[in-house]
Amino acid sequence: MIGLTHYLVVAAILFVIGVLGIFINRKNIIVILMAIELILLAVNINLIAFSAALGDLVGQVFSMFVLTVAAGEAAIGLAILVIYFRGRGTISVDDPSRMKG
Amino acid sequence: MDYAANLAMTMPEIILSVTGIALLLVAAWGGSTRWVSGLAIGALLTASFSLIGPPTSGGVAFDGLYKADAFAGFAKALIFIAAAVAIAIAPRFFARTEGDDLKPEYPVLILFSAVGMGMMASAADLITLYVGLELQSLAAYVLASFMRRDTRSAEAGLKYFVLGSLASGILLYGISLVYGFTGTTIFEEIAVGIAQQQGSENGLSLGLLFGIVFTFAGIAFKISAVPFHMWTPDVYEGAPTPVTTFFASAPKVAAMALAVRLAVEGMGTATDEWRQIVIFAALASIILGAVAAIGQTNIKRLLAYSSINNVGFALIGLAAGNPEGVAAVMSYMAIYVAMTLGAFLCVLQMRGADGQPVEDIASLSGMSKTRPGVAAALAIFMFSLAGIPPLMGFWAKFLVFDAAVAAGYLTLAAVGIAASVIGAYYYLKIVKTMYFDEPAPAFRPVESYVEGGLITVAAILVSPIGYLLIAPLGLAAQRAAVSLF
Repeated sequence: MIGLTHYLVVAAILFVIGVLGIFINRKNIIVILMAIELILLAVNINLIAFSAALGDLVGQVFSMFVLTVAAGEAAIGLAILVIYFRGRGTISVDDPSRMKG
Repeated sequence: MDYAANLAMTMPEIILSVTGIALLLVAAWGGSTRWVSGLAIGALLTASFSLIGPPTSGGVAFDGLYKADAFAGFAKALIFIAAAVAIAIAPRFFARTEGDDLKPEYPVLILFSAVGMGMMASAADLITLYVGLELQSLAAYVLASFMRRDTRSAEAGLKYFVLGSLASGILLYGISLVYGFTGTTIFEEIAVGIAQQQGSENGLSLGLLFGIVFTFAGIAFKISAVPFHMWTPDVYEGAPTPVTTFFASAPKVAAMALAVRLAVEGMGTATDEWRQIVIFAALASIILGAVAAIGQTNIKRLLAYSSINNVGFALIGLAAGNPEGVAAVMSYMAIYVAMTLGAFLCVLQMRGADGQPVEDIASLSGMSKTRPGVAAALAIFMFSLAGIPPLMGFWAKFLVFDAAVAAGYLTLAAVGIAASVIGAYYYLKIVKTMYFDEPAPAFRPVESYVEGGLITVAAILVSPIGYLLIAPLGLAAQRAAVSLF
């Protein structure tokens, strides 16, 4: 029987993979965008699992909002990436170092 | 409650979003930037005036999703004024820089961002909180990379986007845990849920504690408190100066209002749990903001560290966790906005003979001889940010320390005062550069009456004349704070 805990564990694993994907990834920024999506999906799993377990619809409504915002976020991220690429001709992570920090 | 009353309470956001959409269409059909900017400023001022009435006294709207109280009104007034200033100062800056002219989308994006910030200040539910925060952030990412041909601006936008999205993800994960372990997203019911768990045998569940910590971590990023500050200097340096002016003022107020409301209204029953996080973030921000700023040579980076430092002081008021503390936070943010807007307006005046912006602190040398007016104004803002007594910055710091001492946090206040002395070093160094160093090539004179006028107004507000405003400001902050408890 698959219970609430299983869903929470899967979501926690996805969340950690997403966060590590941002910090460990040293190749390119598209991968970072994917890692961000992964974090948001982990949150969605959490919300829906809780919603089902509590018998409360709010969690599912919330996950719809998250999906919508995630779409907008990805669009803006890619747009910024495009102008960055036009200026630099590369999208590798090591490169954004014109400014220190 | 009927629908019209709900709409009346959300009037500022409705005005701004309708105007924003209409202006976007105007911009798409080739409307001039001048007109769009003018109308956007008009909409922000109208929204500020609409705060008189239901938007500050209406109470709960939309079945608990949204709250129109004095606290929201206070924050929104600051936010809208700061946003209007950010639009007003943009045309001159973009006219000076080569390659990128000001597009009418700039005021439109600031309007949308202002809608998001209004929602943040009024959010009484985790869904409203998230949507407002993202509306503000998504517009801000685009604004940071607004100078498309400038690689620094694009890089600032990219960094802001990646780290901002990560912070939103962390915040959301925290929100999902809070929802799961209390069974609700409405702030007041969350407080009840937390109290029930504390009263039970097992105490506060681990999941809920994690939820609280993650939520505060996400918000700490948005107010750029240490340890989530690393984006601030880079983004502030890379973004166009009017956008940096905007970032340093309005979104800070909105995020701080959000943090205060969530902490007091949503998690007021778990004050002892979040207080540790807030105290740590406050002290770390004050100390790092003071120490890391010393070695900076770029004035925008320096002001970024200054903003981190100031957020730390404001958080001291929140750590007190009582109405006096919250009133101190709100007064602090009001005075901080005046100081920061003034300081960035002076930075906007820094440009070489060819009209290109200059950001080196060294280029300020001897400015008291070449441009005495701006030098005097910048000196006033620096003294005020350092918290030197006759200026308003001192009063702001006094309020938060007073609240912390009254709540019994003597050590916190003592460390804060000690660190503010370290911070004074780099503010005073700028004054020294301007007044005692050999003159560098002079900047171009102020060409814009708008900027000159705004600098004068900010300098007067921050100067001892501003003390006349202490009574009304204190009263408004007091009413705002009381409406939360």
